[in-house]
Amino acid sequence: MSAAIPLKTLSRDAMAARIASDIPEGWVVNLGIGAPTLVANHVPATREVIFHSENGVLGVGPAPAPHHTNPWLINAGKQHITLRDGASIIGHADSFAIIRGGHLDLAVLGGYEVAQNGDLANWSTGPDDIAPGVGGAMDLGAGAKRVWILMDHVSKSGASKLVEKCSYPLTALGSVTRVYTNIAVIDITARGFVLCEAAPGLSFEDIQNHTEAKLHLP
Amino acid sequence: MIDKFVPDIAAALKGIADDSVIMIGGFGAVGSPNALIDGLLELNLKGLTIVANNAGAAFGGLPKLMQAGSIRKVVCSYPKGVEKSVFVELYRDGKIELELVPQGTLAERIRAAGAGIPAFFTPTGAGTLLTENRETRVINGRLCVLEDALFADAALVEAWQADRWGNLTYRLAGRNFNPVMAGAAKLTIVQTQHRVALGELAPDHVITPGIYVDRVVHVPYGDPEI
Repeated sequence: MSAAIPLKTLSRDAMAARIASDIPEGWVVNLGIGAPTLVANHVPATREVIFHSENGVLGVGPAPAPHHTNPWLINAGKQHITLRDGASIIGHADSFAIIRGGHLDLAVLGGYEVAQNGDLANWSTGPDDIAPGVGGAMDLGAGAKRVWILMDHVSKSGASKLVEKCSYPLTALGSVTRVYTNIAVIDITARGFVLCEAAPGLSFEDIQNHTEAKLHLP
Repeated sequence: MIDKFVPDIAAALKGIADDSVIMIGGFGAVGSPNALIDGLLELNLKGLTIVANNAGAAFGGLPKLMQAGSIRKVVCSYPKGVEKSVFVELYRDGKIELELVPQGTLAERIRAAGAGIPAFFTPTGAGTLLTENRETRVINGRLCVLEDALFADAALVEAWQADRWGNLTYRLAGRNFNPVMAGAAKLTIVQTQHRVALGELAPDHVITPGIYVDRVVHVPYGDPEI
């Protein structure tokens, strides 16, 4: 599991574009802080997807041009945003009722680890992490109809982030159904991790060599 | 005549005592009642519990209140930002307590307090470190955890417009936790950017009805800083 990552890995933008290609028109989607936010840039304006932000925004539009920001419009990552036509503003209780009530078709989140049973760890790296923030991660993990993870396949130290059992504190139990990494797209099924797609030039064995848990063929 | 406007910050905060639980609206720097938070500093209070989503953020007035030793505990979902904060230093030194709550559970616990629901079960956070040793139940096949309503002695709210009955509107993402907190406290205190005449707000545009509001102070504070 400490083998060097193959040379041909997808960039964050390419991973975001890959996820975006699987989001159909009409879905209500929450994008987590960080890399998942990039997904919105790859959904063409002609495909109407409603992006939700935890702080009570439905219908987030493209990022504003510099110097054209509205100080009253931010997303959950505290970045300035725009609203698209059809947008609405709600308070926190309603915003999280949307999340917890199963009204989101999809949440795209980052991850520290994903286990083969769909457990997610993405809020704390353990006892040395002083006062980590959980934000809305546990609500999204438990409440969205689908939880997809966008993350590197292995950590900076070379450890597989797709594991048999999470070692970091859990965010949500058994809720992840798909993982998009810089080398593969992997579904989580009753059998465990199932390889849907390897990045160009990579084989099933290449992906398995960088995955702690057992990979299955579709 | 009902008139909830008070002349200044001191009058708005009158009666807030040591050891109070105080909810503070805002998310990030948007919708935060900054003048009221600064006003708390003047009161030299002790033992406060602060319920605010970004309680540990490095910006705004809360770090000053923490430095002054007024805050015993914070209840929030996101205790720190990217910058080094007063909160993290105090927490590391064991000088401040933290109750970390998932953001939606925080909002719902506050809503429950205002809606007469003493506790509720939710799958959010069940089976995680944040809900260890708490009552659980399997409902419809899912593990759920029991969460208590979260009440406050006072709520500090920032509105965009207010009339003398305390009817409120909010500006865009400035709404966030403000309306739900307005319903959960014994004393709801509003800082409003604009004061409007009774009848000026269209009834179907009022977000927080005045019945939830006790005092309003007019502070044309300006745009949030980020």
